[in-house]
Amino acid sequence: MQEKLDAIRSAIGEGIGQTNTRKELFELKMKYLGKTGEISALSKGMRDVPAEERPAMGKLVSDVRAWAEAQFAEREEFLKRKEIEERYQNEKVDVTMPARFAETGTQHPVSLVKKEIIECFEGMGFEIYEGPEIEKDYYNFQALNIPADHPARDMQDTFFITGEYLLRSQTSSGQIRVMENKKPPIKILSPGRVYRSDSDATHSPMFHQMEGLVVDKGITLCDLKGILDEFARRLFTSETKTRLRPSYFPFTEPSVEVDLSCHNCGGKGCRICKGTGWIEILGAGMVNRRVLENCGIDPDEYTGFAFGMGLERIAMIKYGINDMRYLFENDVRLLKQFKD
Amino acid sequence: MKVPFSWLKDYVDTDISAQELKDKLFSCGFEVEELKYVGEEIDRCVVGRIEQIEKHPDADKLRICKLNCGEYGEDIQIVTGADNVFEGALVPVALDGSSLHGGIRIKKGKLRGVESCGMLCSGEELGINDDWYDGADVNGILILQGDIPLGTDIKKVVGLDDYIFDIAVTANRPDCQSIYGIAREVAAVLKKPLKPVELTYEVSPFSTSERVTVCVEAPDLCPRYIAHYVRRLKIEKSPLWMRRRLALSGLRAINNVVDITNFVLLELGQPMHAFDLSRIARNEICVRRAHEGEKIVTLDEKEFELSENNLVICDGVKPVALAGVMGGLNSGIEDDTSEVLFESAKFERANIRRTSRALGQKSDSSARFEKGVDAYTTGIAINRALNLIEFLGCGEIACDRFDIEEKAVQPTVINTSYSAINALLGIEVPKEEIKGILSRLNFNVTAKGDKITVTAPAYREDIEGYPDLAEEVIRMYGYDHIKGTFMPTAKVTGGGYSAEQRKEERVKRIIRGQDYNEIITYSFISPKDYALLRLDGEAEKAIRIKNPIGEDMSIMRTTLAPSMLNTLVRNLRRGNDRARLFEFASVYLADSLPLSDMPREEKTISFGVYGEGEDFFSAKGVYEAIAAEFGCAFAYEPVQKPFLHPGKSAKVLIGGEEVGYFGELAPDLAEELAVETPVYLGEFDYAKAEKMLGGEIKYKPLPKFPEIRRDLAFVVDESAVCAELEKAIFDASKYVTAVKLFDVYRSEQIGKGKKSMAFNVTFTPHENAFKPEDADGYVKRILKALGEKFGAVLR
Repeated sequence: MQEKLDAIRSAIGEGIGQTNTRKELFELKMKYLGKTGEISALSKGMRDVPAEERPAMGKLVSDVRAWAEAQFAEREEFLKRKEIEERYQNEKVDVTMPARFAETGTQHPVSLVKKEIIECFEGMGFEIYEGPEIEKDYYNFQALNIPADHPARDMQDTFFITGEYLLRSQTSSGQIRVMENKKPPIKILSPGRVYRSDSDATHSPMFHQMEGLVVDKGITLCDLKGILDEFARRLFTSETKTRLRPSYFPFTEPSVEVDLSCHNCGGKGCRICKGTGWIEILGAGMVNRRVLENCGIDPDEYTGFAFGMGLERIAMIKYGINDMRYLFENDVRLLKQFKD
Repeated sequence: MKVPFSWLKDYVDTDISAQELKDKLFSCGFEVEELKYVGEEIDRCVVGRIEQIEKHPDADKLRICKLNCGEYGEDIQIVTGADNVFEGALVPVALDGSSLHGGIRIKKGKLRGVESCGMLCSGEELGINDDWYDGADVNGILILQGDIPLGTDIKKVVGLDDYIFDIAVTANRPDCQSIYGIAREVAAVLKKPLKPVELTYEVSPFSTSERVTVCVEAPDLCPRYIAHYVRRLKIEKSPLWMRRRLALSGLRAINNVVDITNFVLLELGQPMHAFDLSRIARNEICVRRAHEGEKIVTLDEKEFELSENNLVICDGVKPVALAGVMGGLNSGIEDDTSEVLFESAKFERANIRRTSRALGQKSDSSARFEKGVDAYTTGIAINRALNLIEFLGCGEIACDRFDIEEKAVQPTVINTSYSAINALLGIEVPKEEIKGILSRLNFNVTAKGDKITVTAPAYREDIEGYPDLAEEVIRMYGYDHIKGTFMPTAKVTGGGYSAEQRKEERVKRIIRGQDYNEIITYSFISPKDYALLRLDGEAEKAIRIKNPIGEDMSIMRTTLAPSMLNTLVRNLRRGNDRARLFEFASVYLADSLPLSDMPREEKTISFGVYGEGEDFFSAKGVYEAIAAEFGCAFAYEPVQKPFLHPGKSAKVLIGGEEVGYFGELAPDLAEELAVETPVYLGEFDYAKAEKMLGGEIKYKPLPKFPEIRRDLAFVVDESAVCAELEKAIFDASKYVTAVKLFDVYRSEQIGKGKKSMAFNVTFTPHENAFKPEDADGYVKRILKALGEKFGAVLR
């Protein structure tokens, strides 16, 4: 028996050293320790051993079993480590190769600017109103204090459909529609397409404007300035300043042109601001009393301000696009640059 | 408005530089678009005296002159080819390193071997003509007159040492469309006195009314008409100072009478006219509407047929001027004119504008009238013209005049308060400051405590109410006093997008989430775009623009498809190998044409794709992504569109209503466009579908028991439709909760005219857990149903 056990011991010792995979090791283990393995057979063979020898023999066999299990476990651990190390050796990826991911589309730069402006103002309590693009002369001009043959009509070359209907030349038409249907307090932003018969690097026959309107008790020119200061800081940088200077629009009095300190040079003067340090960005003013009257709002009780800006112009300034026509070519290489 | 600095200085004493004045004007509302130094081209050109002239040894036509240019050199040798030079003459000398009109640079050099240290200049080389300096038109060297210190900069001598302010005057300030108008503003902003215009003249004892009769039959179009008779005229050249002023303003001098009218227009902003009285029939002048079909030939020899909308000045027989626009060829000033009737009138600006547009005839006068001329200026302008007649000594002035004004304009009086003005501005401008500013701007202010009564100057027809006064105050006080506040008196409002607007943004976000890039295209398209898509008769239903930029942008689109297709094709042609594009925009639908009511503007989404991996089903993804987001279901049916592949296009329905289509661009159309890659495009009628897109999120509890999934492949006829099979599977068992086609397979084994369609079917238990054998029973029912309906057999 002792001899048999010694033979098994040496066979296992030799066999284990020759195994290279965990599968080979498992097969070897089964050969000795499996249900029908050699050591298990010895245990079963105990029945034939005389009773008085059984304890001593049993101990011998169980010692061998314990020894063998420890040997297999050790080898198992060794092979596991070896296999993992081999995998590490063989499974290296080129981490610089391209990824797979679902791309997302983009907003048109004009929409992006529109969104950013709306985000500036919605928190201040401005609602969004979109009026019709094909408008009546009344809303686009007359109600805005621009009667027929007023010289201010020359400021904008209007597209006409009929004598009465036209393509709105300004989102200001939305002011009237809002004020006709809503009584103060009014805080409205009105974005949309507008149309003027003009086409070159800085003019497009169709472009977008954003109109702002506030009507309430005690609204002042200082309020206009305060709101626009906030707008400028949010849309550009926290250092951006605004400057008001006198201008003329028939629907506001006083009227102002609003300049922003140049975001590029910070006001020192550069190519973008043509050396002035300022960039003209929008027109604004206190709502003309006649306009309020036209909408049935008592100008002695309420005052208000309005402002209007061109979204393409702001997009061009903000993103450094030098020709407005690029915005309407819709080349995917341009579009893809304007993420949400 | 071009304003010479020198002319301005006639009326305001100012010691500030042109640049400083530009900034001052900017601050008070007058943007100087260009500040031009008149002599900017001329440098290092000075007055010199020719001390000696010798003949050139090697050239007959050249002379060698010795010049004394004072501090620039007393013995400068210059060779000239001109033959009008003489010893002792004062001439302009362009020194070595000088520059002249047209960018010419003068350098020392040799002419036929003789050194020449500069050039003697003609008027042309200085960029001037006779209007700037007598003799400047002479073909030869400009000979200077009088006693001028040698070495004097030539610009000072010939009138080039001046600045021109090109000022943008806003439409509400027609009173500033003149030198004097700007001078009033400059005086106010600089707090300097304004010098009055010379308006006085001596009359002779003869009468206008005895020579001619004047009547105004259309006072609505001509609120004021002044006519004054001048006789014994001597038509001649105007003096240099007047010609120079006109030249600075870009006008050519004609003769003294015409020049006076132009001078007054520039100085006071009142267009003037002078009729040759000897050419006026029956000694009558009448201002009236033209008769239908009446004709006039204007001074520029153009003939116009007139209508009742045009105002004319007539003599006893015929029109002699198109009022406010241009005089008639039949009554203009000629060299032998000896008596004129000066006209100074206010014509209604709207009428002049209409006439000028309708006839396509423009002039300095019509441009000025269109902006608006005030009746007060009409009155002083005639006096200024007569003052100049007297000053130039070129005629005798009648002792009376016609001044026809049906209703004299009363100055605007505004009763308001300091506090009202300050309330609008939001700051406290001191009372004295307000009063001072308004007074400097020639408003008459009487104050009683806070209350003020303000009378606007007669020329300020734009002033209507206290906000106008507030503007006057703040533009002079300075906008930098306006400090930002945050609407402290306003009520709080909600703000932000409405539910509908949020839904729009959400739909756009979903489409972008599918890697679509948003485009923006013009709302107007070409009739050819409809033809391209073979949409016959559609263009006729669209709204047309009366005055489009061109035919290609002449109709308001009723579909976004052409713009999308054009954009896709443009991207393809530019070599962009793939694109996913969408647009969210309105289409414009008229219920009847010509437009008599507001048209419908319906929000629509167009989309288009091409490139590797794109096919009919990837395009379909746009709809399915929207359906998935809003938890709704679209149905798809084959459709025929004239621009789509008949086998690869579908209409899209929701709740039985058609809300869109998509498909592959018809191959023959693709060929026409030289497009080799398959292109897919579609349109989604968002306006119609919007209400059916749910938005509310509602929680459904998770199933309590495990679901079972089975893959089932059926062999069916080629004509079998996926959606119908899906429906039959759903209908076969109430436990089916999802059916998804994952494979379509054709082979010889399966048989000709057959295909295998493999579905992944999910069964979800309701109250109790499934037993292992349950699913087999449900599958059997599905097999039975599909077998009966479609002859399907399990593969």
